[in-house]
Amino acid sequence: MKQDMGQRESSPQNQDKTTRKSSEPATEFVTVYIMGKAHKVPAGSTIMGAIEYAGYQIKRGAGCREGFCGACATVYRLPGDFKIHTGLACTTLVQEGMWLAQLPAIPAKKAIYDLEKLQPTVETFQLLYPEIFRCVACATCTKACPQDLEVMDYIQAAKRGDIEMVMDLSFDCLCCGLCAIRCPAEIVQFNVGLLAKRLYGRYLNKKSQHLEERIKEIKAHKYDSEYEKLMKMSREELKKLYYERDME
Amino acid sequence: MYPEYMKPSLEKVAQTRAKRFELAKSGKPVFPPMSAEEREEVLQKYHPDYKPDARRKVRVGPNKGELLTAEVADLLESHSRIDPKKFDLSNPDYETDILIIGGGGGGCAAAIEAMRNGAKSIISTKLRLGDANSMMSQGGMQAADMPQDSPTRHYLDAMGGGHFDNKPELVRALTEDGPEIVKWLEDLGVVWDKMPDGTMQVLHGGGTSRKRMHSCRDYTGAIIMRTLMDEVRNHPDMIEVLEFMPTVELLLDDKGQCAGGILYNMETEEYFTVKAKATIIATGGFGRLHIRGFDTTNHYGATGDGLIIAYRAGANLLYMDSVQYHPTGAVYPEQIAGFLITEKIRGAGGQPINKDGELFVFPREPRDVEAAAIIRECLGRKNGITTQSGRVGIWLDSPLIEMLQGEGYIKKQFPAMFRQFNRYGIDITKEPMLIFPTLHYQNGGIEINEKAETSIPGLYVAGEASGGVHGRNRLMGNSVLDYNVFGRRAGRNAADYVKKAKLGSLTLEHVLKYEKELKEAGVKTNRIAPVLLPLYTPEAVRKRQLTAHYEGTLR
Repeated sequence: MKQDMGQRESSPQNQDKTTRKSSEPATEFVTVYIMGKAHKVPAGSTIMGAIEYAGYQIKRGAGCREGFCGACATVYRLPGDFKIHTGLACTTLVQEGMWLAQLPAIPAKKAIYDLEKLQPTVETFQLLYPEIFRCVACATCTKACPQDLEVMDYIQAAKRGDIEMVMDLSFDCLCCGLCAIRCPAEIVQFNVGLLAKRLYGRYLNKKSQHLEERIKEIKAHKYDSEYEKLMKMSREELKKLYYERDME
Repeated sequence: MYPEYMKPSLEKVAQTRAKRFELAKSGKPVFPPMSAEEREEVLQKYHPDYKPDARRKVRVGPNKGELLTAEVADLLESHSRIDPKKFDLSNPDYETDILIIGGGGGGCAAAIEAMRNGAKSIISTKLRLGDANSMMSQGGMQAADMPQDSPTRHYLDAMGGGHFDNKPELVRALTEDGPEIVKWLEDLGVVWDKMPDGTMQVLHGGGTSRKRMHSCRDYTGAIIMRTLMDEVRNHPDMIEVLEFMPTVELLLDDKGQCAGGILYNMETEEYFTVKAKATIIATGGFGRLHIRGFDTTNHYGATGDGLIIAYRAGANLLYMDSVQYHPTGAVYPEQIAGFLITEKIRGAGGQPINKDGELFVFPREPRDVEAAAIIRECLGRKNGITTQSGRVGIWLDSPLIEMLQGEGYIKKQFPAMFRQFNRYGIDITKEPMLIFPTLHYQNGGIEINEKAETSIPGLYVAGEASGGVHGRNRLMGNSVLDYNVFGRRAGRNAADYVKKAKLGSLTLEHVLKYEKELKEAGVKTNRIAPVLLPLYTPEAVRKRQLTAHYEGTLR
């Protein structure tokens, strides 16, 4: 059956008579082993691009495709190298001889809690994620992190109850799970980081006075009459007001 | 690293930087903002929506005869994935208060608020919970909570940005709920960027007259989305999440009320019926339809699924003739082409610069105007830089930010962007980025009122899937606010509605009726929708896939 939906067509710039390499056949190839099967794919592809080029329709293993969602955790080995490497398929480039597999999902403990009943203290971690105290400080998590975060350091900070440091060091975490899957102490680092961020946002980040005041004003209907006036305005009146407004 | 031949142009950008810095520091506009007439002219000539073949008349359904974006018309003129006759609706597989379609920000906000109002829900999501554009928002969320700002000023900015086509009651809801949303999210544990005294760190966005962009570094969406997801997962007794199980049709009852949906397990290829007293569509946008062949910033599942299922059930669409192209998508390196470069870069003082090192547009015009001006600079005035693969772009001068905001600002405030380019040997604190507009947002959608209700009783819509909030052009930071405001409103109103809703017998008659209408209108096509996943399999591979029957991209 011919398929004509969702297919990427020529680029917009093509339509304006410029050319685009990605619509031309690739000239350089490398061989990668996708779950053990050899495929020739264009050099310079991302792992995700290579998997799709090889003919796979990804269901699990792709999300935002830009390095924010952590859906495409991938493990790979390289020829002549004993190490297990980790990366995101959407941002890691293929290399000659790369042997790779994606992780379709990460089995991970997630504590169930009521944020309103928690304290921003070390006791919360002792209660919800006691396994962090099994950390042997091997830094395997840090080495596995595709975002180059100091994962082990934030687990150590959690053990000390330094929630601000856990928040800061885990801020850019994508919850891809590569740390948790490599951890010999079976810690789920990314959920520890997430808990710390929520504790920090709820209890430790300084409150904003102006926010509370604005909410009070709105609840007291301070803006009702102005809204009503604006909503009744003709397009022309509104347009005039808009183009004359001052800028901060 | 940039290729050698781009070096002379990069030097020109560096040469003009000191002078541009002086002007930016003076507080005067760095370039004259366009008048209404100038905006109209650049849009008419250069915005992709205005190309003669960008739109066509749709031949079926509630918007029949209306000019819509051609790819949207294609989506609407498609066959269902299912044969309604094969379904026994008398014995549903799941029963719940509310079926929420989509596990992004809008869906999660709706589920939380519905739960807090006593309603149970099922979230049906095509990929994982949180695999959504919500996760990818970098720059921030608008809300008028600063003393020098006001919700009505936010209203005026949003109306002007949307060319005054926005539905006023929706914009009021959006802007009036804004400050409350900031607080609601903070109470859930979102870590907002603040000054040491607790004052919010706010920046400008395109088309804003006051600084009101709230952020979480440049992982704003990721922080908010993960907070909402985590809260959803804290309530397994009230919210059931069905991942990799998109809803492929809505169910109605014999009184015309929405009554749930048909879910498709993409892994086992089974179909399930969910009977629900109310349904909320929060399926997001359509970037993966690659309108006009553009690269997109959107996540893998953004295929406009909610539009078609609501349309078949009889819901009206609004402003589906307009598409948002984000002014600044990456052009180089090739591997990240189309990726979003947050508007926060321009909010913090970054400037779009042509090949000769000149600023050619006010950096914070509304998105459609800014995008059209960049296309004009590249393709009209030929002042762009061409990459080895033939893409054209202009510079987005980020090193200027470090001069304006202080050294170290980029690494602290734009860690994602810094990382993205650093992988390819480009240090954006020292060198600019090469950019061109990229397909970003579905401005229109399913028409709603301020309660997030549609014309179908029991059917609610929230977030990018809805239409009317942003008129024909959304401003930066209003989509994060949108999905929170209308996600919550949908959740709350649906929870109220289910307390008294009584369902009759379930039906898929509307799907059969729609098929009939397609036939009568003479639509001959093998298109299937919802599309579910985009197709990136090379043609050569497709030719060898002979044994399976494909419906869209799936077997």
